[in-house]
This record gives sequence, C-alpha cells and structure tokens, in this order.
Amino acid sequence: MTTAVQPSRRTRPSVIAHKPYRRSKRRSKTLTLLTSLVAIYSLIPLAWLVINATKTQQGLQSSFGLWFANGKFALFDNIRDTFTYQDGVFLRWFANTVLYVVVGAGGATFLATLAGYGLAKFNFPGKRAVFATVIGAVAVPGTALAVPTFLMFSKMGLTNTPWSVIIPSLISPFGLYLMWTFSAQAIPDEMLEAARIDGAGEFRTFFRVSVPLLGPGIVTVLLFTMVATWNNYFLPLIMLKDPNWYPLTIGINSWNDQAATVDGQAVFNLVITGSLLTILPLLAAFLFLQRYWQSGLAAGSVKE
Amino acid sequence: MALPQVAAPPGVRRRRRSWKGWQFVGPFMLVFALVFLAPIAYSIYLSLYKNRLIGGNSFVGLDNYRQALHDSQFWSAFGRVALFLAVQVPIMLVLALLVALAIDSGRLHGKAFFRVTIFLPYAVPAVVATLMWGFMYGSQFGLVGNINDALHTSLPDPLGSRLLLASIGNIVTWEFVGYNMLIFYSALRVVPTSLYESAEIDGAGQFRIVRAIKLPAIRGALVIATIFSVIGSFQLFNEPAILRPLARNVITTGYTPNMYAYSLSFSGQQYNYAATVAIIMGVITMVIAYVVQLRGAREI
Amino acid sequence: MSRMLKVAAAATAAMLALAACGGSKSDDKSGTSSGGGTSAADVTAALNKGGSITVWAWDGTIKDVAAGFEKKYPNVKVNLVNAGTGDKQYTALQNVVAAGKGVPDVAQIEYFAVLQFALSKSLANISSFGATDLKSNYTPGPWNAVTPNGGVYGLPLDSGPMAMFYNKEVFDKYKITVPTTWTEYVDAARKLHKANPKAYLTGDTGDAGFTTSLIWQAGGKPYTVDGTNVTINFADPGSSKFASTWQPMITEKLVASVPPWSDQWFKALGDGTIASLVTGAWMPGNLSSNAAAASGKWRVAPMPQWDAGGSATAENGGSSLGVMDKSANKALAYAFTKYASADEGKDIRIKAGAFPSTTADLSNQAFLDTPFPYFGGQKANEIFAKSAQGVVSGWSYLPFQVYANSIFNDTVGKAYVSSTTLADGLKAWQEQSAKYGSEQGFTVK
Repeated sequence: MTTAVQPSRRTRPSVIAHKPYRRSKRRSKTLTLLTSLVAIYSLIPLAWLVINATKTQQGLQSSFGLWFANGKFALFDNIRDTFTYQDGVFLRWFANTVLYVVVGAGGATFLATLAGYGLAKFNFPGKRAVFATVIGAVAVPGTALAVPTFLMFSKMGLTNTPWSVIIPSLISPFGLYLMWTFSAQAIPDEMLEAARIDGAGEFRTFFRVSVPLLGPGIVTVLLFTMVATWNNYFLPLIMLKDPNWYPLTIGINSWNDQAATVDGQAVFNLVITGSLLTILPLLAAFLFLQRYWQSGLAAGSVKE
Repeated sequence: MALPQVAAPPGVRRRRRSWKGWQFVGPFMLVFALVFLAPIAYSIYLSLYKNRLIGGNSFVGLDNYRQALHDSQFWSAFGRVALFLAVQVPIMLVLALLVALAIDSGRLHGKAFFRVTIFLPYAVPAVVATLMWGFMYGSQFGLVGNINDALHTSLPDPLGSRLLLASIGNIVTWEFVGYNMLIFYSALRVVPTSLYESAEIDGAGQFRIVRAIKLPAIRGALVIATIFSVIGSFQLFNEPAILRPLARNVITTGYTPNMYAYSLSFSGQQYNYAATVAIIMGVITMVIAYVVQLRGAREI
Repeated sequence: MSRMLKVAAAATAAMLALAACGGSKSDDKSGTSSGGGTSAADVTAALNKGGSITVWAWDGTIKDVAAGFEKKYPNVKVNLVNAGTGDKQYTALQNVVAAGKGVPDVAQIEYFAVLQFALSKSLANISSFGATDLKSNYTPGPWNAVTPNGGVYGLPLDSGPMAMFYNKEVFDKYKITVPTTWTEYVDAARKLHKANPKAYLTGDTGDAGFTTSLIWQAGGKPYTVDGTNVTINFADPGSSKFASTWQPMITEKLVASVPPWSDQWFKALGDGTIASLVTGAWMPGNLSSNAAAASGKWRVAPMPQWDAGGSATAENGGSSLGVMDKSANKALAYAFTKYASADEGKDIRIKAGAFPSTTADLSNQAFLDTPFPYFGGQKANEIFAKSAQGVVSGWSYLPFQVYANSIFNDTVGKAYVSSTTLADGLKAWQEQSAKYGSEQGFTVK
C-alpha cells in the first residue's frame, strides 16, 4: 500500500494528510532567507497598495512609490471618499459582487458537488463522455464563448442583468474534478450501501450521509469558485453596460479610465483605495478558512 | 429528470449500471450545455459565415479558416504566447516547486507564515494586480522612475518593447506562484512518511530524497499544474488588456490570440472571423494539453 | 446540514428575486409612448404625453441636462446610463444594435464616429423633425460632422477647436518664445530639451485624433467618402507635410513618452515636465481638475500654423447626441436631443464648463470675457472662438473610423517605438484600414 508511487485511481482508502515528516532537524537559516525573498516578492505590491492608499491624489503624484507622502495621512479620507464617490456606487458594486459570488460560487459549488458525487459513486451510461467533455471544455478559450454567449443571451434578454454574469459562473470544471476525486476517497461505498439497504433514497443519502463527509472538499471548491467569481473581469465586461450592475473589478477599472474623458476627474487615489478594499474580504476568507482548504486540496491532489 | 428511486436489493453487486447517476450529474450538465455546448455550437456556426457592413450575412464555408491560416497577425500573436509559455511557465512552476519543497522540508522558520503570504497574491483580482504593477512599472513617475531618481540608475523601461512581455510574465508569475506552490505542497503532504523512514535508513541525503521520492510522488500534481498553466498561457488576455493603455504602441490590439479575437469582435464587429480564430486556438490548446497529459502519464 | 441548506436556499431565492426585479428595471427600454410619428408636431405631442427614454452618455454635464428636462416636462422620465467612455460605448452600442435588443433612445457619439453609425443605419435621420432648421445655430465644423450624406444624424453638443496650451513659467525660465508655426514649434522643442533633458515641449505616444487633426489643419484629405466608395491616401500633400515635420520630434526624442491620461501624465503636466499641449478647447477642465499643481502657470495661444501668418485650425474631439434608429420613441428622443443641444440644456452644459458648438454663445461677449484662473486670468475663450472660425473645411472621416482608430497604435504606433518612420507607419495604417474596408464590402481605392 505505502510503497505505491503511482496512486491508483479507484480504491484508495480515505487519505489523511500526514504531518510533514520531521525528525529533529536543524532549521536552516539560509533556506528561510531564500524563501523570505519569495515572500517579499509576493508582498511588495500589496505593501505598495496599502502605503499608497494613504495618499491623496496630489500626494500620489509627488511622493516616492514605496513610502508615505509628506502630506496628510489620507487613508480614512480615501476610504470615506471611496464609499461616497458618485453617490456611493462603490457600495452598489460591492453588493453586486457579493450577489454574483454568493449565487454564482454557491451555485457552482452545489452543482459541482452533486455532479462530482454522481461521477464518483455511480456508474451510468455516458459517464466517460461527460468527463471527457467537461475537461475538454477547460481548454476552450473564454473568447470563443464570449461573443456567442453574448449574442445568445441578448436574444434571451439576459444581457445587462445579473443572470448574464451568474449563469456562466455556475460551471466550474476544476470544482467538478476536485469533488469527483474527493467523493471517491472520502465516502466509503459501504456507508452508501448501508443507507440504501435501510431504504433511504439517493438524495436523502447524499444530504445526510455524504455531504458531511465532503466538508473540506466543499469548502475548497467554494473558496476557489469564490475567488474566480470575485475576480471575474472579462465576462462582466462584455455582458454589462449599466454601471449599477458592475462588479467591483469592472467598476474600479472604470474609475481608472475616467480621467481620460473631457472634464474627467482623476481619482487614482480612489482606484488604489478601492482595490485595497476589494481584496480584503477574500484575503480574510482565505486566512480564516485555512484549515479547510488545505486538507481539501491535499485529498484532491492525490489523484492522477 | 425525476427517476423513480430504486433501492438496491441486498446482495447485488454495488455500482450497477443505471441512470441514477444522471440525477446528480444532470443539473450540472444542463447548465453546462447552455453555457458551453450551445455557445461552442454557435461559434462553429458563426465561423462558417461572414457578416459585412455592406452586404449583410452570407455563408462562406471554410473561407474564414483559410484566411486565418494566412493571417500573419494571428500567427505572430500565437508565436508570442508560445514564447511566453515556454519561458514563464517553467520559471513559475520551478519557483513554486522550490518553495513547496522548502516548506515541506520542515527546516524553515515560520513555515505557516510563508505558506499564507506566498499564496495571498492569488486572491488578488487580475485587474487589481495589473493596475498595481502598472503603477509601479512607470518609468517616469512610477516606482521604477522613483528608483531611477533616487539611485541615479537608468533601469530599462518595463513597458518598453523589449521588456514588455517579460513584465507581463512577471505579473502572471506573481499572481499564480502561490497557487501552484499550494498544489504541490498539498501533494507533498500526503506522501507517506514511511517512505522517508526507509530512505533515511538507507542513508539518503535531502537532495536524493527529493529526487527519488518527493518528485515522483507528486508527478500527478506537476502534470495538472502544467496543463492548467499551459492553457492559461494560451488564453492570456486580462493582463495585457488592462496594461494596454500604458503601452499602446507595444501591446497591439492583437497582442495575444484572445486579444485578437476580442478586438476583432468588438472593435471591428467581425464576429465570424473572431469565432474562427477562437476555435483554432481552442483546438490547438486542447491538442497541446492532451500531449502534455500523455507525456506526463507516460514517463516514469 | 440540511437545515443550513434550507436557509441558504431561501436566502438565494430572495436574492435572485431581487436581482430579477432589478434586472428587468434597468433593461427597460423606452416605454409607454407610441413614438410613431416623425414630424415636429409629433414631438410636441410626445412631450405632452410623456414616457421614458434611455440616454447613453458619459459626458458629465448631461446629468444636469436630464434633470432640467425632467423638470420642464414632468411627464417624461430620462434614464441616464454611462455605458463607458468613447470606444467602450461604441462597442456596447454596436453590440446591442447587432442583438436588436437593449438599444437606447439617445446616444452620445463623438464627431469622428457619426459617419460610421449613420452609414450603418444605427442612427436615425432626424431631418424630418425639423433639425435642418437648426443649421445656423452651429459652427461649421460640428455641423458638417453630423450631416453626412445630406441627412442630419445628430445634434452637436460641445466642440473642440484646437489651441496651444503652454506652461508660461517653463517658457520664461528657458527663454522660449511662443511658437506660431510648426517649424518654430519643433525648434522650441529642441531648445527646451537641450536646456533641460528631463523636460519636453509636449507628450506624444501616438494618438489618432491628434494625427488626423494636424493633417486636417494642413489641408490634407486622406479620406474621401462617396457612398460606399472610399479612398484612403496618406501620401497626399497634407499628410506628408505632417509626417515630415513631426518626424524629428520622435527621432530626436523630443516628445515625452508618458501615456496620456494616466496618473504619470497629469503629474508631468503639473510639474512642468511636459510644457505644452496642442489640443481641443475642452482641455481646461481636465487641467484644472487633475493638474492643479500648475494652476496659474499656464497660458493659451493660437494653434501653430503650417504656413506663417495663416489662421487655419482643425477640430479635435467633441461629441454629438444622436437618436438611435431602433428607438421606439424617436419623437421624445429628438425632443431631448434638441433640448440638450440647442435649448436650455445647452446653457446648463456651458455653465458646467462644456465648450459650446453654437455660434451665438461663441460670440457672446460675456463668454469671451470669461477669465480662466488656471491661465492666470487670461480670457482664453477669445482664442478658442477664433479657432472655431478658422476650421479648415472639406474634412471627412471614414465610415469605419472607430475601427481605424483602434488599429492606429498597431500601425502608426510602431513609429514611436522602433525605427519605422511616421510616413511608413501611416502607410501601414492606410493599408490595414483599406483591407478592413474591402472586407466589409466597401469599394476601397
């Protein structure tokens, strides 16, 4: 069992993530230093964001990029202005993003969990075709789909509505793949058999027995689909014209472009502050839900 | 979709081939059909027609494909992303692997800190990441400019024609190295510790362990990460598109195949040709992803 | 777990219901009026009956205009949507026209794009509403732009006669005389850059509007349009004059390569790194909002000439409002357009800082005497008004100018980042534009 370097596809027992093997090793300073370089690389732009969110529009123009401006410390002013500029459209964008994420990512997780479970635990006609099609679809460029989807949705009257953004985000091939592998490992067939013998229907079994076991996997898929929908740019760009329905990504970019119009007001300080506010919820989600997605990813990546 | 529930009679082999599975897979496939299959079909349909400003719509068969094969703009865009792929993907994956190995080695101070901070950029939307790096790349008033002024250096312009592709590569690497690192790290964590024990008994050093045990064990994750990165590179759009206002003369409207398809559709209203370009790219991407998968599965 | 699911489902259902309501409201096109007729009488009828129209405009002053219109005609509701600036809006417009759904009633269209939307029959011909009678209200440049092929496809909003804005403090510091011809301008650029290698007379990274406007001023006519017959020729005298005069600015690195309209660019304008701009009369608002650091230091002078002593100018930028052909309520849409362009709406816009396109306002003494604090109290409108009168006639844009502009940087832009000359870049632009035109069914020579 443990000498298998090639994890096999089907009947592995439930995997528990092992702690990294650790003897009494000396901690290496060199290694820490080198890895710190990578960490610094990862953090510099974020630090830049935080520092520059404290500058006014004039301050941005006159100060060194990685240090604070000599003028006023404008972080709270910027935050207040971000929320109130243009009649508080930022809050509207924030609400839109939350809507798209909750319904889109939530829906995607739900569909992926159902379908992954179905693929893992049932043998049905067309199973191979389903899997091949879905994975093949990942390779299709977004642009191949964008215009036809736009034209289709126009005819259906869906463009410029939240549906045009939500419906396409309900499909997550990555989520499907993850839930399929996770279901295969985390739910012993015996438990399902037992439930069936007791006379429980498939859905009942699914919700009562399987879903609790799929916890970490579900949270992982949810988090990753949340990131994908929160950061969605291209799709809303073509589907939405009314700024009232913009998600945060499109909204912030429109503020960035705004200075390039007649009498347009440059609000780069709000672009920066808005960007900072946009990433905070996701960062928080990831930090607080670490436990789940780490074990979820671990189990999912054993496959192949 | 409502099929009658059938409880398996006792004693029957599990996993009887039935339609039950469709109850679960059905909803997904329904939306999938709407969101993927229908547009692809429509795309193929579009690619066989041509709609002109003067003259309207007409069937042209494979003319669009013939045109694409001779389109130098398309192939130079393709060459560009192929180059991007060949350079950026290995750099990013190797970096991610090294960090994952470092964290897994157990010899780091504060490895939880590294795991989190290096992953953080993934949570940043591409728009924000590109805007940030765009501000920093400014060679007169951005960070590069500031450094030039402060240190009296003359750093090359990241947004100039020589460095632009690399600058984009930097943004993409920054965004995804943590994500890939995490995939590798998660795979490393499930390597059974008994393997390490036996290696130790045999007296193997760290490098040997990495080469002989860890790498082979996570080969699956390596293949998947490579495939997703390959696909992502071919589909490169967000970063160059958002960076474009800062470097209009270098980032052309057809800088990457996806950008080409986008500007064909939306600047030129040439939906048919755009569909053609997108389909060709899709096919090429699928072929290459498949090849990567085959090679990854084959070699020992 | 299932209880949580029930709660989640309920919440989701609630939000979806909310979304559906909100969605249909914003997608609501012009609603209730019949909007059938196309005469002036129908306009009055439509105004009395009321209804609602959707207006797509990014110009900041339209908001007040809409409010004024609603106040004057209480039965009418105006849905103002900012669907993006310039190209972004044109893309969105083209998309909805192609899809046949969601087309607004009124749209803001810059002058260079009017021909394109008129030819593709996306814009309605409003001459039957009496628009032709408004001709005398406007200066020639804008009026010509909205009347291609003998019809009226929109009413002018603002205009952009060109002038030269320069930083007097920088000029004085380096003892540069204000240039009156383009040759002098290039010499001034050399002088400034030599004295201070960090300063530039102007910034230029390749702009289709700037290039076409300068060729326009030089008397060039690279585009001729006759129905569906189009000629594109950037080797004509005016274009060649531009290419050869401007080339040294690029070759000798006399232009700042800061992308325009970026944070960096405004910084440069504010601190003197970029010492002048030759652009449309709508620029002052942008300068005072975004380059406030240089307030009081800049002045306005007439546009440099190609021929010494001349007074030829060109227009750069400016937009019109047009009625979309697919609008269900053209009469009401026309009423709003006229209000915004020629009636009280015009005064609202001018008050908010828009540069007029109407002759009456341009010759109004109070207007001409307005002092500009940003320009040290200078009465800049005098220069702008004179420029508006000097616009060279006979200029035409392409019926697919939106596309042509989109590939400008792909082609002419090469001249700014490699050893390609401007002339060759223009030739490449010509060829690619011609190729597109033929593909689209035009006869291109």
